[in-house]
Amino acid sequence: MIEFLTNAGWNKDVATFVAIVLGVIAVSSFGLIWIIFSIWLERKIAGRIQDRVGPNRTGPYGLFQTFADIGKLLTKEDITPEGADKFVYNIAPLLSVVAVILIWAVIPFSSIWIGADINVGALYFTAVGSFGTLAILLAGWSSNNKYALLGAFRVTAQLISYEVPMVLSILVPVLLAGTMSMQGIVQAQHIWYIFAVPITAGIFFTSSLAEVGRSPFDLIEAESEIVAGFNIEYTGMKFGMFYAAEFIHAFTICVLTAVLFLGGWRGPGANLEGVVGGIIGFGFLFVKSAALYFLVMLIRNTVPRVRIDQMMAFNWKFLVPLSLVNVLVVALISRLFLPDYGAAQNMASTATGLGAFLISLIGPGALAELPRTIVSLIANVGLWWVVSELLHRYANLERRKVIDLVTEPPQFSPEQQPTSAPAGR
Amino acid sequence: MQNVDIVQWVAFIVLSVLTLGGGFMVARDRNLFHGALWLLVSLFGVAGLFVLLAAPFLAAVQVLVYMGAIVILIIFAIMLTRRVMGEREQTNNQWPIGLAMSALAFLVIAFILWQATVSTSAGVRPLLPSAPGGAVSIDSIVTFGKSLVDPGQYALPFELASLLLTGAMIGAIVIAREEG
Repeated sequence: MIEFLTNAGWNKDVATFVAIVLGVIAVSSFGLIWIIFSIWLERKIAGRIQDRVGPNRTGPYGLFQTFADIGKLLTKEDITPEGADKFVYNIAPLLSVVAVILIWAVIPFSSIWIGADINVGALYFTAVGSFGTLAILLAGWSSNNKYALLGAFRVTAQLISYEVPMVLSILVPVLLAGTMSMQGIVQAQHIWYIFAVPITAGIFFTSSLAEVGRSPFDLIEAESEIVAGFNIEYTGMKFGMFYAAEFIHAFTICVLTAVLFLGGWRGPGANLEGVVGGIIGFGFLFVKSAALYFLVMLIRNTVPRVRIDQMMAFNWKFLVPLSLVNVLVVALISRLFLPDYGAAQNMASTATGLGAFLISLIGPGALAELPRTIVSLIANVGLWWVVSELLHRYANLERRKVIDLVTEPPQFSPEQQPTSAPAGR
Repeated sequence: MQNVDIVQWVAFIVLSVLTLGGGFMVARDRNLFHGALWLLVSLFGVAGLFVLLAAPFLAAVQVLVYMGAIVILIIFAIMLTRRVMGEREQTNNQWPIGLAMSALAFLVIAFILWQATVSTSAGVRPLLPSAPGGAVSIDSIVTFGKSLVDPGQYALPFELASLLLTGAMIGAIVIAREEG
């Protein structure tokens, strides 16, 4: 593209700039167009899990349902509440969508396609994720509505709390790969990091779910809780933008989990040169993210919602200490078992017979990382065993408290003593 | 334009306008909440300037910490104040002296910066570093990381002081908390 414009006589820098702008348009359009399909997918899968069919009237299998939704939202009356801060009120949904689409700039779609390979990619997407928090706060304040403001406060508390374990768990792939660049993290994953640090993948996935505001953390939009929270006063397409932003964000975190822990675009054949390798890599990334998105939808439709105090306790009393200990353990292991790519290369070129066959199967890079992966996996299993023991004891303690409360003898009438033995003592 | 390409110049002008304009509007806007939003604009300009100076890590941290946490804190504080809309007329009687002192401070700082950057003995220096290469950025993060844990440098006592401060704050909250 750049060469095409330069040969047409444009200044080189201007040509680069225009090419970059076109790339930006392409990347952001992909997310927005995918949303149209993924909303339909979500409703169909939710329907099937709930033993019903889902949308099936608008078009074959209900495929045009999203267009019907968009049409409805566009034709709704656009109300601005009296006393609302007009400029802020209008800008909040826009900021919400922008915050999510900015994340797509650093996602490596394949070995040759990436929006911007900045060398602080892992930090960048946390930073722009915080724009979304800001957008919700602006929305709640500018609606001139007490309930919207309260909803916005609760949501902001949730979002800034769950940034802490998310950033701590992003630190782990950065430690293992030795670089913060997203493309670098993918290229260093000769063995997928989910095999080395499954606990970290779990923490990242859970805290990202809470960041998006998806079930079971969907206090943000729970209709039964605070009547739709911060977006009470939003109608029509502005509400549609919040809605779309949430869906795009949900898919984005699936893509990010795939990039950080499931090897991104890596897979057999993704290292081929040129466009073919690019498309294969993109396909792998897409398949992995779609599988994770199915997991997100499954969790949404099966797990009940948590209360806000349960959510805060879960974060600060469980996730944050766990992720801190996790970072310490991984830092120790990754320092003790640095993968030696040179030695693995030597071993690969001098092995004979069965050894040579095995090495050619997994590649010298994976061989170099194998000791670290195995040790780290054992350490993770051990850590999870310790954690589950602690959780068991805590649960028994709580259970004991409840039993004591339930079976204390009543003070007034002695003839109403409980006759059956209390369960579980 | 000595060897500095035009895109960098345009970017610098735009980012400077954002930073300075945003800062000016923070002081000028009557609505306190809008002032916080102009602060966001100004900090975004500063983050952009960090990128232009080949310090992407600082830019990302600026967005994450300043825009993502500190401005949210400021907005919370503003939401809890009573009078969000400001006065319309000037209530300060000493504004001529204030104007004179700030103009004097501006002249002094401008003079110092002029001496340090533009009129050096080695001739006129370019305003921006020429196109930053990847090697500079990577080295800067590694250097940054090393200086954070190096006992010989000054970052480590700073970190320990902030840890102490966090411990003191948590202790104060625990002591002052109501029972039950």
